[in-house]
Amino acid sequence: MKEPDRTSRLARIGGALVSGNSRQYGMAIALVAIIVLFQILTGGLLLTPLNVTNLIMQNSYILILAIGMMLVIVTGHIDLSVGSVVAFTGAVSAIMLTSWGLPTVAVVPVALLIGALIGAWQGFWVAYVRVPAFIVTLAGMLIFRGATLAVLGGESVAPLPQSLRDIASGFLPGQGGGPHVPTLLLGALGAAAIVWIQWGTRARSRGYGLPVAPAPVTAATSALTVVAILAFTYVLADYNGLPLVGLLLVALIAGYSFVMRSTTMGRRVYAVGGSEQAAALSGIRTQRTTFWVFVNMGVLSALAGLVFTARLNAATPGAGTMFELDAIAAAFIGGASASGGVGTVVGAVVGALVMGVLNNGMSLIGLGVDWQQLIKGLVLLLAVAFDIYNKRRVNTGPAASAAPRPRGGGADSGPPPLADKARASS
Amino acid sequence: MRQEERRSASRGGPLLSMRDIHKDFPGVRALDGVSLSVGHGRVHALMGENGAGKSTLMKVLSGVHPAGSYTGGILVDGEPCAFSGVADSEDAGIAIIHQELALIPQLSISENVFLGHERARYGVVDWGATHARAHELLRRVGLDENPATPVSALSVGARQLVEIAKALAKRVRLLILDEPTSALNEAESTRLLELLLDLREQGVTCILISHKLGEVVRVCDEITILRDGRAIETLAVERDADGTPSVDEDRIIRGMVGRELDQRHPERIGEIGEVRFEVRDWTVDHPARTGHRVVDGAHLTLRAGEVVGMAGLMGAGRTEFAMSLFGRSYGRHVRGILLKDGVEMATGSVTEAIRGGIAYVPEDRKSLGLVLDDDIRHNTTMAALDRVSARGVLDPGLEAVEASRMSERMRVRSHGATQVVRTLSGGNQQKVVLGKWMFTRPELLILDEPTRGIDVGAKYEIYLIVRQLAAEGACVLLISSELPEILGMCDRIYTMCEGRITGEVPGEGADQETLMRLMTRTGGHP
Repeated sequence: MKEPDRTSRLARIGGALVSGNSRQYGMAIALVAIIVLFQILTGGLLLTPLNVTNLIMQNSYILILAIGMMLVIVTGHIDLSVGSVVAFTGAVSAIMLTSWGLPTVAVVPVALLIGALIGAWQGFWVAYVRVPAFIVTLAGMLIFRGATLAVLGGESVAPLPQSLRDIASGFLPGQGGGPHVPTLLLGALGAAAIVWIQWGTRARSRGYGLPVAPAPVTAATSALTVVAILAFTYVLADYNGLPLVGLLLVALIAGYSFVMRSTTMGRRVYAVGGSEQAAALSGIRTQRTTFWVFVNMGVLSALAGLVFTARLNAATPGAGTMFELDAIAAAFIGGASASGGVGTVVGAVVGALVMGVLNNGMSLIGLGVDWQQLIKGLVLLLAVAFDIYNKRRVNTGPAASAAPRPRGGGADSGPPPLADKARASS
Repeated sequence: MRQEERRSASRGGPLLSMRDIHKDFPGVRALDGVSLSVGHGRVHALMGENGAGKSTLMKVLSGVHPAGSYTGGILVDGEPCAFSGVADSEDAGIAIIHQELALIPQLSISENVFLGHERARYGVVDWGATHARAHELLRRVGLDENPATPVSALSVGARQLVEIAKALAKRVRLLILDEPTSALNEAESTRLLELLLDLREQGVTCILISHKLGEVVRVCDEITILRDGRAIETLAVERDADGTPSVDEDRIIRGMVGRELDQRHPERIGEIGEVRFEVRDWTVDHPARTGHRVVDGAHLTLRAGEVVGMAGLMGAGRTEFAMSLFGRSYGRHVRGILLKDGVEMATGSVTEAIRGGIAYVPEDRKSLGLVLDDDIRHNTTMAALDRVSARGVLDPGLEAVEASRMSERMRVRSHGATQVVRTLSGGNQQKVVLGKWMFTRPELLILDEPTRGIDVGAKYEIYLIVRQLAAEGACVLLISSELPEILGMCDRIYTMCEGRITGEVPGEGADQETLMRLMTRTGGHP
């Protein structure tokens, strides 16, 4: 192979590795813009340590649901039942804690197991009986809301033990007064880990002979990451430190991002969503994949149910109403495609944060619920419209027939088949 | 008055004249000064390799690429036209029938034929008139069906005819067909081509885009060859008394690839070895119709380094056989034995089939072979993720390198391994599918119509890859409806008819007549 060919090929591979995530940047930039806007409108209230802590706690359960929902949407399905499942698992947990007097450490795994069973139930109908997920989960929405009412007898269960409430409102242990040292330490550790991954990736790419960003660029990226993380943890440390639920979220986001991006399991989920038939003929067990995605959604719904119940310090029959819509909106704002196969965990998180910051910011400046809903609706619509517009612009580029020919084309260079024939017949 | 002028103009000049059309896409010149002239009542073929600019030219003509997005002039009957959309070109009597048919399966034939301009008064559909007119149009295209039949109940060939009826309903003068026969069997193709000749008698002019040289030479009056966005030449086809055309297939190929291609199928390299795979008594039932055997007691052997052909007409059960063999992806009650090196192989799932070294390149690459909205890289590694991962964790760098190495080996023309496969041409998509299966390092590669809808150059490249794989000792089972391809590539040929293997002939010395006779041998075993 000729040398210039090789370099250009490697450049193509490398360039492609770097790009490809560009869609997400749009929404991340929008998120920053919204934060800046409300920071100004609220006269600096938005980013006070107290409010940032509140933001995390207020949005924790939607973030948890959005992660699961993203997976469901990537496989080309939808889950309308998560709000009811949140209510049901919350209700059952509350009953176990209060009426049965079970300890929290026992109740949490049981609740998660119930979530898994609910997910398995719905996954069974969707994956194996092939009832459309919209129908199955619409039924689930009614079934589990009804079950919640039945379990609670139409009444709220409150108060709940402190051990459960800590899940939603607890903080990392540490001394009071002054910046919270464990939080800062954790931030520093996290920042170091990310920098280590960034440079490790770079080194591995180099190892394969792929082009990488120049060292100063990587250094600048790392520096920016470190500053962002330290600033964030410093703000948190200034109040009470990192909330426990914040730690849970960080673990979930990191874990699910890793699974979806870097494991064969994640790749299979994308393949099933992209084309179920092609995936099946590639040896991917598509039904099993779909089934487990729903099981996962059930577990995360149960987790969100625990967090929400703990935060409310009560299990109520109406808990979790409309949560499914918030989670779905977050996934779509974050760049998921309704036809499946496209979407990232980080995207869903950004989408949920956009909604969360809008909620919080609008409340701070005293906008009524009426306006809040209206604006959130418009944001959802415009975000998805913008995404579709962008995609169409990319797609109407060189059409299928007009792909450039790397060999330069032209009459004199001759088409490749002839060049090859010599090799074949020799 | 205006009508008069039009008519007078029509007598002299051509029906369509496209002059010096230039069309650029970002970074690519798709059309580089193409001129095309099509006379009244002619069948005009447009030929060229994939990417030569045929489709782009037709999109310019039909208004898909609106006026202003290209330079150059379009004259219909001598009048300059600037179409800003498909509706405009339809008003001028130009209709295009795409490869992917644009019919709504749930609606009836009549409803489809008059979709968009229903026979209606004040918005109320006149069903009597609709059915009557539809019936008349169906007779014109030679389709004997009740106009109330839903399109979903029709075969692909019949649907094509409905598309043409739909175009006729719009009083089409210039009908553009983009590879109309690529999904049709021999009989349906013949019928369609005869219809084009009939329509020509009725004054409908046709532009035919096709990769099938034989049919082009058979029916066309002129052939314009495009290469790299330029119109290379226009050949007039004359036929003498016994119908022999003045232009032969090699002449067209020469124009398309720019040089003589004295050989359309590469020579076999390497030796044929021992029997590696053996299928015994393979029987498959139809998934819905109980008791209906789609494959009935098939028995065949495959040797190392051998390319084995499977010839048969549409519906003979070849695809069903292949898919059932590949992890029971088709049918019910799959029974029979698959031996690999004399040992029975598990065939219960696709995973097992892949693990056993079987790869299946499906007929329908767009829906079965590829995730169209994903890139070349991910599509390439999809069936062999183990090769680019360790303990379930992917190595993106390794994946990028491997995928682009494979895509280079398959000679995929792309911007790079992260190009989304939807944006590739048909031939390049097929090479990606082939690359995906080569990446699994198959010992038995089943190719189902691997060159359907693919141009001559890409076909040759695919043949080369098949030859190389065979030379490395793998077995190849080639299912194809194109007999020249079977004859040119295969060392041994099985024929199939109505789910049964009806014959086995050596590739050397076989001819189309023999195969055709075996392929139509219904009932009874050989």
